[in-house]
Amino acid sequence: MKPASFCYHAPTSLDEAVALLAELAPQDGRILAGGQSLVPTMAFRVARPSHLIDINGIAELAALSVTDEIVSIGACVRHAAFENDTVSGVTGTLLRKVVENIAHYPIRTRGTFCGSIANADPASEWCCVLAALDGVVLLRSHRGMRRVPSSEFYRGVMTTALEEDELIVAVELPMLREDTVTGFVEFSRRKGDFAIAMALAAYRVEGGAIVEPRIAIGGAEPYARRLQTAESLLWGQAPGEAVFSAAAEAAASAVEPMEDIHNTIAYRRGLVRTLVQRALEAAK
Amino acid sequence: MTAGPTRWIGVSVERLEDPPLLIGRGQFAGDLSFPHQLHMRIVRSPSAHGRLKAIELAAANAVPGVVAIWTANDVTHIPPIDFREGPNEKLAPFRQPVLAKDCVRYVGEPVAAVFATDPYVAEDAADLVSLQIDELGVVVDASLAPGEFGGVLTTEATICRQGYGDVAAAFRQAAAVVELDLSVGRHSGVPLETRGAIGRYDAARDVLELHGAAKVPHRNRETLARMFGRSTAGLHLYESHVGGGFGIRGEIYPEDILVLVAAMRFRRPVKWLEDRREHMIAANHSRQQRHRIRAAVDGDGHLIAIDDEFFHDQGAYIRTHGTRVVDTACGMLPGPYRLPHFRVAGHFRLTNKTPAATYRSPGRYETNFVRERLMDAIARKLDLSRVEVRRRNLISSQEMPFERPLVALGDEVVLDSGDYEGLLDKAIAQFEWYKLEVDVMRRRESGEHVGLGLAMFVEKSGLGPTDGARINVHTDGVVEVITGGASVGQGFETVIAQVCAEILGVDYRRVRVVHGRTDRIEYGIGAHATRATVMTANAAAIAAEKVRAKALNMAAQLLQQDESALTIANGDVVRTDSTGASISLGDLAHHLRPASSTRGDRDPGLSEEGWFTTAHMTYPYGVQLALVKIDPGTGAIRIEKMMIAFDVGRAINPTLVRGQLVGGFAQGLGGALFEEFAYDEAGQPLSVTLADYLIPTASEVPHVDILLTEDARSKFNPLGIKGAGEGGVAAVGAVIASAVDDALGGKGLILRLPITPQVVKAAIDELKV
Amino acid sequence: MNERREITLTINDVLYTVMVEPRRTLVDVIRDDCAQTGTHIGCEHGVCGACTVLLDGEPVRACLIFAVQARERSIRTVEGLQRGEQLHPMQEAFTRHHALQCGFCTPGFLMLAVGALEKWPDLNDKQLVDILSSNLCRCTGYENIIKAVRAAAIQMKAQA
Repeated sequence: MKPASFCYHAPTSLDEAVALLAELAPQDGRILAGGQSLVPTMAFRVARPSHLIDINGIAELAALSVTDEIVSIGACVRHAAFENDTVSGVTGTLLRKVVENIAHYPIRTRGTFCGSIANADPASEWCCVLAALDGVVLLRSHRGMRRVPSSEFYRGVMTTALEEDELIVAVELPMLREDTVTGFVEFSRRKGDFAIAMALAAYRVEGGAIVEPRIAIGGAEPYARRLQTAESLLWGQAPGEAVFSAAAEAAASAVEPMEDIHNTIAYRRGLVRTLVQRALEAAK
Repeated sequence: MTAGPTRWIGVSVERLEDPPLLIGRGQFAGDLSFPHQLHMRIVRSPSAHGRLKAIELAAANAVPGVVAIWTANDVTHIPPIDFREGPNEKLAPFRQPVLAKDCVRYVGEPVAAVFATDPYVAEDAADLVSLQIDELGVVVDASLAPGEFGGVLTTEATICRQGYGDVAAAFRQAAAVVELDLSVGRHSGVPLETRGAIGRYDAARDVLELHGAAKVPHRNRETLARMFGRSTAGLHLYESHVGGGFGIRGEIYPEDILVLVAAMRFRRPVKWLEDRREHMIAANHSRQQRHRIRAAVDGDGHLIAIDDEFFHDQGAYIRTHGTRVVDTACGMLPGPYRLPHFRVAGHFRLTNKTPAATYRSPGRYETNFVRERLMDAIARKLDLSRVEVRRRNLISSQEMPFERPLVALGDEVVLDSGDYEGLLDKAIAQFEWYKLEVDVMRRRESGEHVGLGLAMFVEKSGLGPTDGARINVHTDGVVEVITGGASVGQGFETVIAQVCAEILGVDYRRVRVVHGRTDRIEYGIGAHATRATVMTANAAAIAAEKVRAKALNMAAQLLQQDESALTIANGDVVRTDSTGASISLGDLAHHLRPASSTRGDRDPGLSEEGWFTTAHMTYPYGVQLALVKIDPGTGAIRIEKMMIAFDVGRAINPTLVRGQLVGGFAQGLGGALFEEFAYDEAGQPLSVTLADYLIPTASEVPHVDILLTEDARSKFNPLGIKGAGEGGVAAVGAVIASAVDDALGGKGLILRLPITPQVVKAAIDELKV
Repeated sequence: MNERREITLTINDVLYTVMVEPRRTLVDVIRDDCAQTGTHIGCEHGVCGACTVLLDGEPVRACLIFAVQARERSIRTVEGLQRGEQLHPMQEAFTRHHALQCGFCTPGFLMLAVGALEKWPDLNDKQLVDILSSNLCRCTGYENIIKAVRAAAIQMKAQA
């Protein structure tokens, strides 16, 4: 399980990285950020990139910045950055709830937020967050910069709108209003494993009624997404078990679960019901 | 200060093995290197069954750094890998060749071997070897009707049968009959260290060396010598640190043969390290069986007869153990219960999967699950409690030793000692079983899915017949114990040192234990079947008693005392009343050197050899109890309380015994809930990473209460000890199944291991409907 | 640029200048080029944790980093835990609580636990178990590892 040979490039500026990518992408050149998904696939020689462009030395990509409206997460920001209170308010609280579900601590010290988004594993927690919060992915190539909303970013299992000569320079998440409540729940066989399913719920209460509900699921379908049919059942309702249960039921009917040798469609559907209900209850 | 003997047996001293392992100075196979060594990489079959039409080597041979690439044609003089117990004509056609010749039979089967100057280069070249394989149909279910295998063979290699009494008549007389169809999934030891082997040929001494050996170096030396047509005098095996054995490590595999042949041919050391993906498809699998079992009972729940037909999924070849797993399953199935009539037929079937062999508690993990599921079913059928139905059937301590007309590991089963009911009572009391039963009822009323499980088992240990040890006291007083035992991390050195220290009156830290080296002692039983402690410790004890006698005899002369007035304390021979002069063991060794004038007509050296022989194995026993809670929303199973009660006869180091039991439990839990080597319909393995093969982590393994008892010393060895290596794992599948089933309403729904959340959730959802 | 290049690694405060191909993993270079074989290889795909080392103080999987990426970074391995002959409190606790059997996973667990406790000396039991779930052990059933790390945490705080 030794990786195949590759050429190593370590640009120190974004422009340099983009230029290299433009040149090398057609020769199967790839970006190396945290490497926690890429390197195992190279060890199995499932991936054999001929060039790796290591962006860890680009200072401008390491920034995690927070304004009143937006959390901006640079390409080299590690998962572990969200374990402390760098991001304030309810958004920070949500990210802390989520991050402890991601793999294990020594993976979180290396793996990056944007790398998870680019890799687009169906069970990626950050992909679920991006969908739930309607974040924006900032893509850069030698052709320029473009902003892709989360709803247009995913195309299928581990496939995205990312062109081969583009790299994610940052992801922007809108800050949630401070009266938002959030819940995140996932289920895996062992601690730290890829989740079989996960659910993220967020909403606010105005005059006793739920407003701006968000329900996103991950792990169950080819990519994470919000479930509007389930959300619509929550609008204007008082938070409580019955309405949560109705939303969970709607989520379970709305999903089109993937099937694998360990997990049938019915099992994943049942998990979605359970996890949506629990995420809503956890938020309450 | 008193001159009385210091106690070392029964004391939880810290391990002698730990210091190098804690500071990164262990020496595992991967840590060993020899000058000018080559690295070997195996090209493996990507196909589960096919005719091997061609192997293209040109591209691979062109890679700089490649020294040679071998196929079957390069090793035609090497026979298929032999059985440890010697030739077996009936099973011989099923043995695995070192490299596949005309046909491949499982994904992972070695087809070619690349030798290169660097492991990265070897892997590059191996990738460029292209195989032309004509795919053939695959067999992935061992319980289907037997058929053709590999063109010339049948899938049913043999049927192992045991039994006694008149089973047919017993079923006719039965008040009730229960019948179950039960399966255990394919899983295995999966040690943290993968396999490794370094072959080295020392032409100066004409000695062929295998480094990285484990488990049974001496037995493997004999097999290898037979296969190579080489004298054992010119073949030595060296055990290094071993990163977990569990039965699968240390058997002879194709790669061990290849590094040896290559070392001879290239006149350079050849190193092979298995990678994890290879390990998952190449090292021995285990456990997969399907049992169709039925029991005849009388109206009071007494067993009259058990009739079991089972299908053992052996995989593509029969490896070194032959039919041992199935034989053991047959011989040990009745467990702790009286059983007037018994019949078992184990169908030993081949499939297109990785070959299977022994894994910690082989044949018992499976049959404990099967038998204890049966006992639960009998309880349900007769409306008896699960405790009571077991109690009524237990063999009593008055019946010991209890002879069974069965054979396990080639040994007649004679249960040497045990108070099974006594241990059941203690375990039930300490676990607070009856209080928990009330709790469980109450919690169920409030909607919780909780359940209790119980499993009883008999283990075996100390397979003989004979083992020896040699003790040599050096002139500085250091006691060297040379054994043919093996250390796979279980604390072998510490335990042997404790036994010798107690007898010789020295600090155990002054005892050095040699193991796993065929060049230091001619014979050795190694470390398998929980025999190392029982056999080697007793042999070492006999040697130590002889050394003690010699030391006292020599000292009596030098101190001008009567031998009976002397003892050994803290490494010195002293008067038992602590008065007068003393002399150290080191000085006595000096007086016993060949040129010593004081030696008299004694043989030179303060050294002796001891041999221990036993007619039968010794049988520890235990009870496992569990309280589990099911999450109805996900099917997840949480173990709230877990206990293992185990009678070890006599514990030399209780902390190490507990460590064995808790560690074994974690492995058993893997097989019960998490671990499985899954295959698709084409025979492609689906569990080739540690992300797919789910070994429990610290979050999954609960605290385990250990009730360690020493009620029933072995009657078959002087130290009275029994082995502890397999008691932790033996009944975990059984007890977890019992508890989960109870949590699902005690309807007998759990019929297969591992029990996955999906199965549990489906059962719960069905119950609600 | 796939040819070997010279890099300098700092392992336990000792500088090692080695020529490596970019594809060589940090763990291979630590073991084979720098001869520090205490760091073990268990899976090479980032699951088992046997290769855990501290990179600038943070526990990382050394099988998932290329050695060229660790140039000019500070690496700590199991060989650097002792102070002279004096064992680190974590090492002492492991032997006292019988937290190792075969010892293969031990260096990875030691580095994981030391790295975590140096950063967060006050981990509660749940956090500790969560962190220790990062690595696999096949012998001990983890109970004694958890006990040892708890005991060492107290010692480390006392010595801090």
